[in-house]
Amino acid sequence: MSLLDNVWVVLVIKLAVATAVVFALALVVMFAELKVSAHMQHRVGPYFAGGRWGWAQVFAEALKFLQKEDLIPRDADRPVFRLAPMVSLLGTFAVIVIIPLSPVLVAGNLDVGIFYALAAGSVSTIALLMAGWSSGNKYSLIGGLRAGAQLIAYELPLVLAVVGVVIQAGTMSMVGITEAQAQPLFHIGSVGISLPYAVSGQIVGFVIFMIAALAELVRIPFDMPVAESELVMGYLTEYSGIRFTMFLLGEYAGMLAMSAIASVLFLGGYHFWGLDADWFGPFVLVGKALALVFVMIWFRWTWPRLREDQLQSLAWRWLVPISLANIAVTATLKVAL
Amino acid sequence: MTTAEERYLLAKHRSEVAVSVELQTEDMTLNIGPQHPSTHGVLRLVATVAGERLEKVQPVMGYMHRGYEKLAEVRTYAQVTALVNRIDWISGFANEVPFVIAAERLMGVEAPERAQWIRLILTEMFRVSNHLIFLCSFPAELGAPTPLMYALRERERVLDLIEGVTGGRFHPNFNRIGGVKPAAGGGGKQKTVSQDLPRGFIDGTRRAMAAVLRTCDDLEGLVLGNEIVQQRTIGVGYLPAERAIDHGVSGPNLRAAGVPFDLRKVDDYLPYSRFDFDVVTATNSDAYDRCRVRLGEIRQSARIISQALDSLPSGPLQAKVPRVIKVPRGECYVRAENPKGEMGYHIVSGGGRRPYRVKIRSASFCNLTVLPSLLEGALIPDIIAILGSLDFVLGDVDR
Repeated sequence: MSLLDNVWVVLVIKLAVATAVVFALALVVMFAELKVSAHMQHRVGPYFAGGRWGWAQVFAEALKFLQKEDLIPRDADRPVFRLAPMVSLLGTFAVIVIIPLSPVLVAGNLDVGIFYALAAGSVSTIALLMAGWSSGNKYSLIGGLRAGAQLIAYELPLVLAVVGVVIQAGTMSMVGITEAQAQPLFHIGSVGISLPYAVSGQIVGFVIFMIAALAELVRIPFDMPVAESELVMGYLTEYSGIRFTMFLLGEYAGMLAMSAIASVLFLGGYHFWGLDADWFGPFVLVGKALALVFVMIWFRWTWPRLREDQLQSLAWRWLVPISLANIAVTATLKVAL
Repeated sequence: MTTAEERYLLAKHRSEVAVSVELQTEDMTLNIGPQHPSTHGVLRLVATVAGERLEKVQPVMGYMHRGYEKLAEVRTYAQVTALVNRIDWISGFANEVPFVIAAERLMGVEAPERAQWIRLILTEMFRVSNHLIFLCSFPAELGAPTPLMYALRERERVLDLIEGVTGGRFHPNFNRIGGVKPAAGGGGKQKTVSQDLPRGFIDGTRRAMAAVLRTCDDLEGLVLGNEIVQQRTIGVGYLPAERAIDHGVSGPNLRAAGVPFDLRKVDDYLPYSRFDFDVVTATNSDAYDRCRVRLGEIRQSARIISQALDSLPSGPLQAKVPRVIKVPRGECYVRAENPKGEMGYHIVSGGGRRPYRVKIRSASFCNLTVLPSLLEGALIPDIIAILGSLDFVLGDVDR
């Protein structure tokens, strides 16, 4: 009996690999933000750390944060204050594990995969609320409450945008949705042409999903919970050192997770024309996710921030009705065709 | 004994009272500043907020009081210019000009034409620099950090030229009673060989102004044309013209309210009447208009500078003044259109080497007095937009 037959050993290995991959990719995204923002702003960005392109900058910064004193404000609700960064990371990790990297590399192919992903992804907003409440700081409190209001407003369009995909694919499993997009839509000669949902039918859903995802991730133009020019740093005001780093990692891993979900739902997941999904699947999926991450970074360094009331009216007056209409149209077409 | 109906009504009443008591929320006092990312220094706002909405706001000024009026009394006239540079440190040179002109008027001397032209060119360059700072910090306060880098890049060109002439970037201390300082960094010997503007200044200025104008077009399209910026600023912080005049608001903030008042047109402290330029005004008097007026003023300043370079007269940089400057007994008030608004010095001279009393009228202080009425009923994000749109410097407020 080999060691790999033991379920616990396999579980530990899986966890270690997943953690390492997620952290590595989050660091890549962090570095991308530093570099991309620099070039968008006519700067060079990190340059010296590590020798070439400043590639070691993120490690240097992580080490710096690790050395910082562990500060907890006197008025803070200590257990909640300590727990919040972990909850933030937890939600993100819970989402990432179910994303299918290739037909064989699936950690867990749940029948209700997308349902689970959206539910688990919302957990990180609870972390923001916890952080805002427990910091014992008025700016943090306002930031946390803004985060809560934002979650309620944007969870709905997010879910409704996904419903269109679920109807079109006829399944809630992430693998199922990916495979549904790989089915040839029409034939040119004997070659079957398949199109991802972002092109074939769910373009409205894709746009709404990305807008709502930006709001869920508290990225500009929806970063009111942080809003450093108004609320100092929002719910992050009192955080420093390792806990701040965890929030930061959570944010970047969250960007990656949301982008990966969007890639699976709308961009064909691990499939790419002419590439064998068994071998190239993980690279294709990560590539698509990183492309979406780039778009998020692009927005971040291009646009200002909306106001809290404008964010609410955008969600309730535009995104929710449009996504409902999208569902109605999708369902009608599904039945009619 | 009460009937069942009475008991029911009593319970209903009690529950309603309980609900109304429960919903009565307490206002929160939010202390914004003196240390806060968006208060441009050490302004403090004691705000009473109900949720996101502001009920009442009380600005607290004076954290940066440096006592310049008193300090000026124990310095000679030539030394005071080094002080007043630091009042509004973003437009240092422009602060010197009215003080020096006031002293000159009391002494009855006038700076030679070339010195006046150089004063005018440098003042306009500081106006460009100041408005570029505004155009970079204002979007940053709305959450867009990128325009900052582009506006600062252009400002750097202007600062380089200013440094070439005066030797200083922020605090040039370049004015002398009766003219301007001859040549940058020159000692006694160098004065004889390089007594004028550095070589390449005129061409360099033309190139810099062309670059600034290009960036102005970019900023107009990308910042002012941005939907989110418009949503955040149009209609925010409305300042009626009457109230602006009542509070002594001046400069771009006043012109954005539709009042075409510009001391460059009204007064004669520098030869502005020789140049062709427009007073930029707007009608809506909101944060967006204040931003637009400043953008327009950059263009007008570039226009003035290019005309001034064309017509730059030759001649000495200094009028004949005694070696030890003594200002005759008397008093006078000179005001100037500074980048942030009207700046004036009332000098009372006792006839000695030092002013007897100096009263400084700075633009930012008067511009900030409208703050409580502007902020009433605003949302927390609007506080930042309104504060930013007023374009003040705390050194200019507290002096």
